[in-house]
Amino acid sequence: MKLYCLSGHPTLPCNVLKFKSTTIMLDCGLDMTSTLNFLPLPLVQSPRLSNLPGWSLKDGNAFLDKELKECSGHVFVDSVPEFCLPETELIDLSTVDVILISNYHCMMALPYITEHTGFMGTVYATEPTVQIGRLLMEELVNFIERVPKAQSASLWKNKDIQRLLPSPLKDAVEVSTWRRCYTMQEVNSALSKIQLVGYSQKIELFGAVQVTPLSSGYALGSSNWIIQSHYEKVSYVSGSSLLTTHPQPMDQASLKNSDVLILTGLTQIPTANPDSMVGEFCSNLALTVRNGGNVLVPCYPSGVIYDLLECLYQYIDSAGLSSIPFYFISPVANSSLEFSQIFAEWLCHNKQTKVYLPEPPFPHAELIQTNKLKHYPSIHGDFSNDFRQPCVVFTGHPSLRFGDVVHFMELWGKSSLNTVIFTEPDFSYLEALAPYQPLAMKCIYCPIDTRLNFIQVSKLLKEVQPLHVVCPEQYTQPPPAQSHRMDLMVDCQPPAMSYRRAEVLALPFKRRYEKIEIMPELADSLVPMEIKPGISLATVSAVLHTKDNKHVLQPPPRPAQPTGGKKRKRASDDIPDCKVLKPLLSGSIPVDQFVQTLEKHGFSDIKVEDTAKGHIVLLQEAETLIQIEEDSTHIICDDDEVLRVRLRDLVLKFLQKF
Amino acid sequence: MDPECARLLPALCAVLADPRQPVADDTCLEKLLDWFKAVTEAGSSLLLLQEHPCLVELLFHVLKPQDLSSRILSFALRLAGIFAAQENCFQFLQQGELLPGLFGEPGPLGAAAWAAPSVRSGWIQGLHSLAQHPSALRFLADSGAVDTIFSLQGDPSLFVASAAGQLLVRVLDLALRGPAEGRVCPQAWDWPACARKVVCHLEDCLRSEATPRVTQALHVLTTTFGHCRGLWTQGLWARLSPLVARLLEKDPVPAPHALVDLLLGVARSPVLSSDPGLWETAAQALSRLSPTQAGPLAAGILKLQDCPQALRIQAFSILLQPLAHVLEATAQAPGTPRLLEGAAGDLMAVDTFPPSRSACVGLLCSALAHLELLQPLPQRPSPWPQAPLLAAVVTILRFCNGSAAPSSEAGGRLCAMLVGCVRVQRAALDFLGVLSQGLGPQELVTQVFAILLEYLVSPDSSPTVLKKAFQATLRWLLSSATPPGCCDLEPYAQLVLGELLAVLQKRLCSPCWEVRDSGLEFLTQMTRHWGGQGSFRQALLGSEVPELTRQLLQDPESYVRASAVAAVGQLSSWGLLTAPSSPEHPAVPQTPLEELLLVLTTDSEGFPRRAVMRVFTEWLRDGYADVAEDPEQSVAPVLRAASRDLDWEVRVQGLELALVFLEQLLGPRGPSTAAPPGALTQALQALCRVQLFEFAFRSLFDCDRPVAQKSCDLLLFLKAKATPSGSQQEVGDGPNVASVEAALRRWQAGEQGQPLGELAPEAVLAVLRSMDLEALRDTLAESSDHVERSPQSLLQDMLATVGVLGDNEADCY
Repeated sequence: MKLYCLSGHPTLPCNVLKFKSTTIMLDCGLDMTSTLNFLPLPLVQSPRLSNLPGWSLKDGNAFLDKELKECSGHVFVDSVPEFCLPETELIDLSTVDVILISNYHCMMALPYITEHTGFMGTVYATEPTVQIGRLLMEELVNFIERVPKAQSASLWKNKDIQRLLPSPLKDAVEVSTWRRCYTMQEVNSALSKIQLVGYSQKIELFGAVQVTPLSSGYALGSSNWIIQSHYEKVSYVSGSSLLTTHPQPMDQASLKNSDVLILTGLTQIPTANPDSMVGEFCSNLALTVRNGGNVLVPCYPSGVIYDLLECLYQYIDSAGLSSIPFYFISPVANSSLEFSQIFAEWLCHNKQTKVYLPEPPFPHAELIQTNKLKHYPSIHGDFSNDFRQPCVVFTGHPSLRFGDVVHFMELWGKSSLNTVIFTEPDFSYLEALAPYQPLAMKCIYCPIDTRLNFIQVSKLLKEVQPLHVVCPEQYTQPPPAQSHRMDLMVDCQPPAMSYRRAEVLALPFKRRYEKIEIMPELADSLVPMEIKPGISLATVSAVLHTKDNKHVLQPPPRPAQPTGGKKRKRASDDIPDCKVLKPLLSGSIPVDQFVQTLEKHGFSDIKVEDTAKGHIVLLQEAETLIQIEEDSTHIICDDDEVLRVRLRDLVLKFLQKF
Repeated sequence: MDPECARLLPALCAVLADPRQPVADDTCLEKLLDWFKAVTEAGSSLLLLQEHPCLVELLFHVLKPQDLSSRILSFALRLAGIFAAQENCFQFLQQGELLPGLFGEPGPLGAAAWAAPSVRSGWIQGLHSLAQHPSALRFLADSGAVDTIFSLQGDPSLFVASAAGQLLVRVLDLALRGPAEGRVCPQAWDWPACARKVVCHLEDCLRSEATPRVTQALHVLTTTFGHCRGLWTQGLWARLSPLVARLLEKDPVPAPHALVDLLLGVARSPVLSSDPGLWETAAQALSRLSPTQAGPLAAGILKLQDCPQALRIQAFSILLQPLAHVLEATAQAPGTPRLLEGAAGDLMAVDTFPPSRSACVGLLCSALAHLELLQPLPQRPSPWPQAPLLAAVVTILRFCNGSAAPSSEAGGRLCAMLVGCVRVQRAALDFLGVLSQGLGPQELVTQVFAILLEYLVSPDSSPTVLKKAFQATLRWLLSSATPPGCCDLEPYAQLVLGELLAVLQKRLCSPCWEVRDSGLEFLTQMTRHWGGQGSFRQALLGSEVPELTRQLLQDPESYVRASAVAAVGQLSSWGLLTAPSSPEHPAVPQTPLEELLLVLTTDSEGFPRRAVMRVFTEWLRDGYADVAEDPEQSVAPVLRAASRDLDWEVRVQGLELALVFLEQLLGPRGPSTAAPPGALTQALQALCRVQLFEFAFRSLFDCDRPVAQKSCDLLLFLKAKATPSGSQQEVGDGPNVASVEAALRRWQAGEQGQPLGELAPEAVLAVLRSMDLEALRDTLAESSDHVERSPQSLLQDMLATVGVLGDNEADCY
């Protein structure tokens, strides 16, 4: 059993598991942090961005000044943003049988894999994952495609040139594999390969293994996966949460008794408690708005935004903010808000019960109804008519490199009354802000990451007790910035095995058993004999039939009756000969009783010697030796076959036959 | 006993003796016992029994084999004990063989009733009451009761077991007090047999391998030495202390908590504390017990007025050890301050912290709490290691928020255990606040403010931690005023102030109401101290805090609104509340006065309205400009609103405000300071204009007693001021008086609807003179249930309950 690690990002994993005869890809996350090296794509022509000076080498050589621009001491690539794909060279991806997706954030690289690698298999995911994943992809494609950029920079990627660049460009990994965003067509094609599954549904893969998604509590439809054969169980834990937010709670019990537990997708900000961060978010939002400033919240169109809107729903009246408009701007804003209300079966218990009242599960429906929350596909059109300040704007993309957020950064960046509040933990807020410097607006960092923290992980591992834990290397040591925090790492016994990008891990357990079915008529013919109390044995003569990784014992064909006819033997009748089987013997020979029996049968002058392995019975008169050992008995006599057979039969009387 | 009770008593005894008429309520029996106790304490029990033979009959009745409820049996045992506490009455009951019947083998002791814990408890309490005289001691010794008490020490009912222990102490005291009187230190061979028996039993227990028995003995001894001050206790301690010391040699030490209690009890006893052996035992206990167990002993020793210096040093080092360990865990260089020097410091090489998180947190919290209690005491250890203690607390707080860098592996473990621990954070912040009483090197003070700010800023601080952080910050800010007592902030504190206000701004917007509330409280306190100080004013006016505070008057949480009212009151009295920035809504009141009046008249909760009344009272008392300009005009609407308020506390506060107003008109309260006639008339006119009298007279009959009392005080004050002036002719003169008196009578009868109408000052004076306010005050001073609490009422109630039961019985047929 091997694990091929194609991504180095612990929360955007992409691993391939070879298990029995199957090749299973676990998630295909897309590392978008590469876009931070690019200049933002402004929706409206930005004189500031277009007038940034080109970058030149220390010696004054300016051959890169078309590709690289300098802003407040940082260098950015002036080109369409590109993404860092999972490793494609480590394993032939056309051999991947299935891809298991755990949540919508971990499927963003899917089109690259399914459309460009010869992938022929099936993708499994839950319905909300697919629907919201589609929204995220659609938003991404829309953000990039609506700002066409003529220029595509590639010169800087040359290894010799990259060495000369300042950090962080110099240290960017695998830049040659960075790719531009996929198209909507590729998205549709990739999504068409997905087969929908429900929690706890058992899916057979070629009869060899069974995979099952379990609720992971992190997002709508998010799942962990169990991959098991009859005798082995691998658990794959991706983004999971134990907090009570909107999704169905995490199913922990089903993870018990795993041989291997692959642990990914823990919180990216282990020191930030989500509840405190929400409080911080609300306080700063209120403070800004009360002062007449605007609040910008760069975010994904689904996920934490639902919880934030719910908190604000409870908070705004008490904080006297009822008159402040909340805007949600995204090409998929409408679909996201509406989808959230229809996936009732994937929601937590409280929200599910609301549906029966009937009430919408999320209170943002009421915010929309009362006109407190308005949503728009983009800043163009209706929004510009309705726009009123001070206000709160939720919009993407959290990297601040594309999407409507770029416009608001340019618009509000100059005033210290305004605040940008970062709630998504995927991007370093300082790096995200770098191309907007100098910036007057206030920046607040309240990363809300509801995924498991290390205390929760250690409790989880204690409870489910896997034999081995495998996790990204980042989880096996404290974060570099807080090297003394020994509590911020996975602590388990035996220590977790760690992996990094482009590494192949041999998982530390061997398969020892295989399940074989036995046909009823064959089972019927067996006559078990009790060897020890509770243990019975029977000999089986059968034909082992193997198909689709399933093994069946069938009754042996009857020996062909001599038909007497002259029918030609058909090839299919050509069956293996069944030899007449000798019975198998078991038991041990009690020496004293054996000697008595010999005497009864007329042998005299019997001598018994003890040896290291058993006994030797000496029939001096007959010049014969019977050697009795634990696992064999030998009768040694000189060519007296009759005597040997007599003695053999006497020996056999003490043994069981079956 | 009053005749009415004496008349009711036979019927009651008959009821109690009747098993068919069960007493429904246990508390009645308790009250009855209390009453009998009071009666016997006031007079002769013997006489009582002779005058009321029904009581003896009741006790005899109980002896008969029958189906009496266990509560009546228990009651009878306790009652007999109360009577037998007097020796002549004891003899009287003895003659009738009543006492052996009740407390000896033939009594409940051998019967099925003994299974009820209440009976066992009654038996013990009865004996406890009667064990007052030598005859009782003989009775106890002869009846074999002492053995029963021994066995009851291990009773499954904790109440019974504990009472048995206390009874043993009583027996011991009774037995030893008599013979020992006048002697220096009685020897064991002088002790009565009964005492010897008890002491032998205690010795056996102390030698026992069973921890519960050891604990029982230690409890008995702790009570003995804690309550008995006789010289005989010296002899007892001399005899038992070797056994106690031997307990400390066992591993593990049995019953450590009880042992600590005993040692502290002995050390506090004036008779025993001179024993040098005691201090040796205490020192041994400090070294043998685990740090967690030794902590309370160490703290107790340090609170003693005089004990050997060496022991104090040892005890102090026990308390300091956990903190010293924390300091060691982060010590980067040998130069850092150490809490423990020399031998005690070297002990730190051993990891003193328990391995489990909860035990470690418990140890640290208790050490911090003990040190916090010690700090203000005059007998606290000297020199007090202020600087290392400060450093240690700051380090603990850093461990808790994950910012401390441990320098050792043990430090790393400590860090993982303390990160995010709210309990330790609270204890450390409390102690840090107390440490503000002492000075520290500037560098450490800077660190203190830095860590406090970190806690105030951190979103992870829980509301309770934040509250403590605010409190500690305030204490440190107060202590940093230079020179002490001066209102000016130190330059460093001024720097901190800017950051504090930024934090406060955010905290006032928190979604968590507790946070907003503690933020407002902090603001109020700060303003109270530095409202007049230039740099504070400048910083505050430059922030959005005043405006946010004003907005919080509309907070959805009533506690927050109450705190906002207090803060607004404080801010405006220093002129720190600017006018609202948006004058587009004319309906919004403009001045703080109007704003608070709006709260008083419209807020649906009591807390904010009470807060408003406090603010107005303070404003009037302190001469706040807006109010001082025209007090009458300001007070009138407030009094009007307060008089109609449904919350009695608001009404009391309203009367308090009126009292302050009155004092300002007529001069302060005090004996024989009548107001000059002119001033009085003017004052009365003003009071009539603000309609105080309607409020005050109505309040006299308020259903809430504190309101009536306050009103009574107010009118008495006015009467005192008015008495020398005016003339007799005025009495009953005005046409208004009759109508006022009629209205008062109606109010007294409970009709509240009638208004008083316009009042003339003369009429008021006349009414005041005609009223017996002093008598009213005395009536009000008695508790509201004084009628219901009389024994007569108790007896009647009990009989009535039974009567009702009887009726029900009849109905059944």
